[in-house]
Amino acid sequence: MADTINDIDSSPEVLSSAALRRQMFKEFWFYFSENRGAVIGLFVFIALVLVAIFAPLIAPHSPFQQYRDAVLLPPAWLEGGNTSYLLGTDPVGRDILSRLIYGSQYSLFIGVFVTTLSLTSGILIGVIAGYYRGWIDTAIMRLMDIILAFPSLLLALVLVAILGPGLTNGMIAIALVLQPHFVRLTRAAVMAEKTRDYVTAARLAGAGPLRLMFRTILPNCTAPLIVQATLSFSNAILDAAALGFLGMGAQPPAPEWGTMLAEAREFILRAWWVVTFPGLAILITVLAINLMGDGLRDALDPKLKRS
Amino acid sequence: MFGFLLRRLAVLIPTFIGVSIIAFSFIRLLPGDPVALLSGERVMSPERHAQISAQLGLDRPLVVQYLDYLGGVVTGDFGSSIVSKSPILDQFLALFPATVELSLCAIFLAVIIGIPAGVIAAIKRGSFFDQSLMGIALVGYSMPIFWWGLLLIILFSGILQWTPVSGRISLMYFFPQVTGFMLIDSLLSGQKGAFMSALSHLALPSIVLATIPLAVIARQTRSAMLEVLSEDYVRTARAKGLSPFRVVGVHALRNAMIPVITTIGLQIGVMLAGAILTETIFSWPGIGKWMVDSVFRRDYPVIQGGLLLIAGIIMIVNLIVDLLYGLINPRIRH
Repeated sequence: MADTINDIDSSPEVLSSAALRRQMFKEFWFYFSENRGAVIGLFVFIALVLVAIFAPLIAPHSPFQQYRDAVLLPPAWLEGGNTSYLLGTDPVGRDILSRLIYGSQYSLFIGVFVTTLSLTSGILIGVIAGYYRGWIDTAIMRLMDIILAFPSLLLALVLVAILGPGLTNGMIAIALVLQPHFVRLTRAAVMAEKTRDYVTAARLAGAGPLRLMFRTILPNCTAPLIVQATLSFSNAILDAAALGFLGMGAQPPAPEWGTMLAEAREFILRAWWVVTFPGLAILITVLAINLMGDGLRDALDPKLKRS
Repeated sequence: MFGFLLRRLAVLIPTFIGVSIIAFSFIRLLPGDPVALLSGERVMSPERHAQISAQLGLDRPLVVQYLDYLGGVVTGDFGSSIVSKSPILDQFLALFPATVELSLCAIFLAVIIGIPAGVIAAIKRGSFFDQSLMGIALVGYSMPIFWWGLLLIILFSGILQWTPVSGRISLMYFFPQVTGFMLIDSLLSGQKGAFMSALSHLALPSIVLATIPLAVIARQTRSAMLEVLSEDYVRTARAKGLSPFRVVGVHALRNAMIPVITTIGLQIGVMLAGAILTETIFSWPGIGKWMVDSVFRRDYPVIQGGLLLIAGIIMIVNLIVDLLYGLINPRIRH
């Protein structure tokens, strides 16, 4: 800690905000890139994003086209395989590779949507609880305790039973279940920052509560929130796939990975490839994001920095 | 200690009331007529509708209905299933031992593998063992367990034919349920091979359910151990010339276990959520599968009762973990 303060003191001139941002990024990248796994995770994730964006260009077939003469073909390298269906075909003759490629769109969209929803609502509620305290805080935190008392997947399952099965309802349910973590983190960070001198100074300078909450305090609470957001991203993908697997998430024929697994379940002992590849896709995606999350935590948590 | 218990209860009781309000309002939030949903009758005449409504007490004010429901819950009356007409609590109590047996085996596996692995990784920090173990732990943590279960079925039930695909015990064995735990009951029955059959049915589901807790416990043990190993008292113990085994086993491990125990406690909730998937894959007749089946059957009273019972159990387990934590670490009580 002492080193960092000295660094700032000894810098020759006051940096412009753009230069400061560049320097912060450079410092962040220094710590992030020290973690080899995190860098690998980042590259895999970027590759996934590219696959999702360019799915129509990359996919050899339509994800919905059923080739009746090519039902349950094994992957191309096995006997009986066909090179035009690299990873084989499913029980109704759809190309598994193409479905996996389009499936990445679902998973990334689920991650982005759920994380954005739970992050923004969680921050909003958490800042209010931490800033105002008192009965608002107590009421909010009790409500969060109640949500956390249920196992997340069970609550999501029941919410989907209320709202009706489907991807949108599944995502809303998962966002609701993940949101208390953001509320707790934000509240704790806001409470810690609120009594600092710079906040008092801003208040004396005439900043209103909204400005204090969101412009003054919030930017200094972002590190744990970013780490939690990556965790939520991977949890959202896992939970949505689990809901799909239980038949309560994305509905067939959508090429969502969990739904693909549910459709393939009865064929597990006859055609291993229809089960193996969608799950592998989920695992690789979630693993890449978790690797990135570990790297982000190392880079953003000053306690762990070895300076 | 007693004051600590009272303080915890003071938080727990309002939370339980909140949980019961959510379970109560759940049926009223559903699209459609609660009378039809709770009775399971889709088409009925207005007279029949009024009759059922009065019978179920749905014509009374909401507050009265809620208090009546809460009164029932406190006395163990959670209502009855639409499908089987049997009381929900009876169904729950019949299925719960299966889930407990599975969860206990899973947590046992996770603890006996996870803690030693984490300790060794911390001692040999940066070694090949440490790096590969943490790599495996991260894969385990990221695992979609429903897929992992299917893979294990392909390998052990399909290719190797070592384990059965589903259920708790082979149908050729039949004996009275004394404890509800198949492992114990099969031993008590004295039938040859029954215990092995129960064990082989339990193996794969336990491994699947243990995967995520195992990864979490190994990671948590490693980081807690690393933190403790750099403390002054550990250096003192080393400087006194104590054997490395004693330093790690007695001085470091005991303090490192404090956060690990909390983690294990928190995994109970994760277990019950994981049981939903694991029990569905292996047709394990526990409460997770019961809930999924009820969602599919639209058996709303069961969903409502099960939700409340499961949340209640998690809250009680968390309370016990809190109390244990207070016993081990007196600082937390204040």
